[in-house]
Amino acid sequence: MVTFNLLINAVVTGILLGGFYAAVTIGVTIAFGMLDIVNIAHPVFIIMGSFVAYIVNRHFGFDPILTVIVAAPLFFLLGIAIFRFYYAAFESSGKGSLRGLAFFFGIMFVIEVTLLLAFGVDYRLVQTSYIGPNIGFAHIDLPLRMVVPFVGSMALVSGLYIFFGHTFIGRAIMAVAQDEFALSLMAVDTVAVKQLAFGVAIATAGIAGGFLIVIQPVDPSLGREYIGRVFAICVLGGLGSITGTVIAALILGVVETITSTIFGPSWAPAVSFAALLLTLAIRPSGIMGR
Amino acid sequence: MRRIPSWIWPVLVALFILALSRVVKNEYYMFAGYVVLQYIVLASAWNILGGYSGYVNFGSAAFFGIGAYGAVVLDKLWQPPLVVAIVFGGIVASLVGLVTAYLTLRLRGVFFAIATLALAIVLQTLVMNWDFVGGPLGYYSVRPDSIAGFPSYVNYLFVIMLGLALIAVLVARAIELSFIGRGLAAIRDNELAAECCGVPTLRLKVFATMVSGGLMGMAGAPFPYYITYLDPNSAFSLAYGINSIAMPLIGGMTHWIGPVIGAVLLAVIQQVATVTISSELNLMIVGVLLISFITLAPNGIVGLFERYRQKRQRRLST
Repeated sequence: MVTFNLLINAVVTGILLGGFYAAVTIGVTIAFGMLDIVNIAHPVFIIMGSFVAYIVNRHFGFDPILTVIVAAPLFFLLGIAIFRFYYAAFESSGKGSLRGLAFFFGIMFVIEVTLLLAFGVDYRLVQTSYIGPNIGFAHIDLPLRMVVPFVGSMALVSGLYIFFGHTFIGRAIMAVAQDEFALSLMAVDTVAVKQLAFGVAIATAGIAGGFLIVIQPVDPSLGREYIGRVFAICVLGGLGSITGTVIAALILGVVETITSTIFGPSWAPAVSFAALLLTLAIRPSGIMGR
Repeated sequence: MRRIPSWIWPVLVALFILALSRVVKNEYYMFAGYVVLQYIVLASAWNILGGYSGYVNFGSAAFFGIGAYGAVVLDKLWQPPLVVAIVFGGIVASLVGLVTAYLTLRLRGVFFAIATLALAIVLQTLVMNWDFVGGPLGYYSVRPDSIAGFPSYVNYLFVIMLGLALIAVLVARAIELSFIGRGLAAIRDNELAAECCGVPTLRLKVFATMVSGGLMGMAGAPFPYYITYLDPNSAFSLAYGINSIAMPLIGGMTHWIGPVIGAVLLAVIQQVATVTISSELNLMIVGVLLISFITLAPNGIVGLFERYRQKRQRRLST
């Protein structure tokens, strides 16, 4: 029996989860929505972030979220390296999307198997003070392990919102997303701008990985569950819109938790697929699509 | 003198392998050969959509798993002959292909790729929750002791898969050489231009997805009998997804022989690696080969061969 109380709790947990999903998806919004690079390996970079947090936490006891924020520049550089390779091999020659897709699919497998060989199939977790206790008011229980990633995710997304709307470089990236050819006529090095944006996208994946391992234990193949989810959110939000991504992430988070409250948690992954197909069938341009 | 039709070669090779399967007594070769043949079906099927039209299907595992679990459902209900299960798996898989393709292929091709990738994961979830077919515990299928006219059941499965591989190759070849293949090639080169020239792009793409998905489903149907214990993780393993992309890419996507070359090469490497090293390393090998081929030799082995031939011709003509 699903009581009202249970439902309220599910909604609140769903909002917290959705906030985290926004941080997970924002990198895809940048890469896929703005740069048109279908980085299906994105979830695997998130898992990499989780493992960085895990290693540092286990050996030095550092906070996982602070760790990934410090490690974000490394992910940024990794993103730039991958973009350079991708650009040289596929985009510059103009023969495109099929090979690019297969390329990222290959990257996904290589990273996943590397993690698998290095760490095995066990679930890994981190120790911090905010994993475990709840804060509660009225009839609602808020586990801190959800609240902290939610706050962190919102900070990350708001930071990116300001970055894209109000800084010179951020607006340059938006311009590339809008019309790359026109920008190249203004003597702008569009490749450099895209490279930077892709670096930012991968950096957000690393940070999201820190949030992920706070929320749940992580194993190398967990990323697969997130592929459908991130792209469903990205498409539902309307490719390339940060506001849309946040709204879509919150919707999906709430629907997922309600589904798992009523039908059981193993049904949750089906929600994102249904959302993806419904969006494509009814409104392919998404919530905030142009 | 009339030219010998080229479809005769795959048939002859298949007959030769059939004869060989009668002579070879070691069951292990049947067991390993089955996997190689299964990958020939998957790779050829993938190539009908992916290679000819350029639309990437990441969900080979989904179609394969539909075939496998379709066979399980039939097996629980009335244990029909294997051929019925194969046809059933093929029909269900091509219907799923129809729905997915119709919903996503009207838009950008990327959406189709993402949807198929998610499809494999979602179907796995559904089967996990479906107690009738065993849910996460999996399903033990009871093999008949032997089939009349075959030395063993594994040999029977091997011959069935040989037949499927032959069908897949001949279908792929027939599509490639017909107006459908030319239409798909036009879509790959420039979809907008093809549409303007009167190529029925959506219909061709949906048709190719249905044929491709149906063949994958047919390849999956004998699988429960092959491994005797089927669980959702092995039926929907993403290994099928990456293998059936890597094989045509490595072999060469524009000619029907490409996927066959890639499948034989990769599947043999993996069979050897599974025995000698570890099964995780398998995927690593496939991933690395995939990345190196798409960056260094985008047209695969067939492409390398053709480049060599052109060079030689040029040298001869000067």
